[in-house]
Amino acid sequence: MTEIPLGSALEQFSNVHLDETAADMPCLMVPPADLLALCQFLRGEAALQFNFLSDICGVDFHPEAPRFQLVYHLVSIPNHWRLRLKCWLGDPPVAPTVTSVWTTANWHEREAYDMYGIHFDGHPDLRRLYMWDEFDGYPMRRDFPLRGYKDHMNPLGVERRRNGGGA
Amino acid sequence: MTEVTTLQEVPTDTGMAREVLMNLGPQHPSTHGVLRLLLQMDGEIVERIEPHIGLLHRGTEKLFESFTYTQIFPLTDRLDYLCPPSNNLGYALAVEALLGIEAPLRGQYIRVIMAELSRISGHLLITGALPMDVGAMTSLLYTMRDREMVLDLMEMISGVRMHTSFCRVGGVREDLPEGAEARILEFCDIFADRISDYETLLKNNRIFLARVENIGNITAEDAIALGLTGPNLRASGVDWDLRRDEPYEIYDRLEFNVITRKDGDCYDRWKCRLDEMRESLRMIRQCVEQMPAGDVLVDDPKIAFPVDKDLLAHSMETHIHHFELAAYGFKVPKGEVYQAIEAPKGELGYYLISDGSEKPFRLKVRSPSFVNLQALTERTTNMKYLADVIAMLGSLDPVMGEVDK
Repeated sequence: MTEIPLGSALEQFSNVHLDETAADMPCLMVPPADLLALCQFLRGEAALQFNFLSDICGVDFHPEAPRFQLVYHLVSIPNHWRLRLKCWLGDPPVAPTVTSVWTTANWHEREAYDMYGIHFDGHPDLRRLYMWDEFDGYPMRRDFPLRGYKDHMNPLGVERRRNGGGA
Repeated sequence: MTEVTTLQEVPTDTGMAREVLMNLGPQHPSTHGVLRLLLQMDGEIVERIEPHIGLLHRGTEKLFESFTYTQIFPLTDRLDYLCPPSNNLGYALAVEALLGIEAPLRGQYIRVIMAELSRISGHLLITGALPMDVGAMTSLLYTMRDREMVLDLMEMISGVRMHTSFCRVGGVREDLPEGAEARILEFCDIFADRISDYETLLKNNRIFLARVENIGNITAEDAIALGLTGPNLRASGVDWDLRRDEPYEIYDRLEFNVITRKDGDCYDRWKCRLDEMRESLRMIRQCVEQMPAGDVLVDDPKIAFPVDKDLLAHSMETHIHHFELAAYGFKVPKGEVYQAIEAPKGELGYYLISDGSEKPFRLKVRSPSFVNLQALTERTTNMKYLADVIAMLGSLDPVMGEVDK
């Protein structure tokens, strides 16, 4: 694992800290309030240049709390570095959009919204991506049944309980 | 409903409505699968493109969470269904990273040979399909003929033409059959000349060039911001290839060039793939030469089936391990890993979170086609007419199995 000079980032953002558990690449834990500023810093700083956003992944740790997490994978193409950002979200999950930093975030965030119901503040076009607009629920949440809920399209699905259940 | 649908209510009282909303796909040959594009048109000029994806969404990531690690291989086959060995490889590497094991050398070589063969198979489709999309039917017939040779090799090696599922965690399912190496080399010899054929067929074809040259240019900066990877990124002049820059398997033992182009237009993306096939051939040749003898699957009875099948008849212990593996699968230690490989379409990443059980807690696929397709929506590319959209879409080479997951 290459050493990335993250000192300046950690100095500037007092709420950001290193996550020592990850083995494959350095990882920063960041609260949602600092996410956008940190991303702008990581991309803009001349010594870092994380100009490539590889992936945004939503994770649901139901029934634990906090429940939702966003994982960002960044690449610095000039320096050949990889970096992971992790951001715990509240419930209902809300995070700032990073589309202004990397254009590619647009669809990744729409996917996380579609699958987990994570809301991205300031996203230019936050709509469902895979599922149809009228679809009820967020399929990748862990309390959403694998077979889906029963309706006229899905007669073999699970009976929907009145309260909760991922919907 | 969606914002763009409301645009249909353009005032038509004059009978001279300028803006027309047009639907392209989902069943249209040039959308390469089930992609639906909503186009806002001003005459022949495209004002806005809105891709509607998800028609092939099978919930692969949800299924991952209820499958054991070995059962997942066939699911990864169906992501980029033109190049299953690459998808298998990326996934196997992610699991192996968490297990802390490595495939035996011969197994790694076989995986790379298959991944490069599948790269040729994937690139062949697009080198033929892009010209067909813009009107040159002949090329597709030629490339499909030659792709048949690759599929025959796949069948010889794995028994299956397309969804090979040949990788296993810790190696490959079995050794190459007798005579496979000679057949692979024979293919390399035949195919090297064929690449030049496609090139001469189309390189100086004015009709083809008029449709693809200087169409849909993407600058290097835009390409990075858009998250493009693979040939789409390299066509824009960014020298970035995970096989060289973050070598996995035995790629650091191979000699090859990373193909880059300057303009980032449709022609460059097409040409980039054509040249990459030559490099793939070089790599396959080197692999066959360098490949040592030995095991192809890791020797760990708790992770892989025994290589020597006779043991099952004689050793009770082997029998128990075999049963446990087949019935319950193996456990992967708690942890997380992001493993990216250079798939034919670009960076294929698997982000795996394991909770210590036999099934992944979360397995996210960073599929290159999904990200590449997004470039179609951006204004950064200079495509003006409807015909340019078709060329652009063809040159971005999305595979819907991977876009929709």
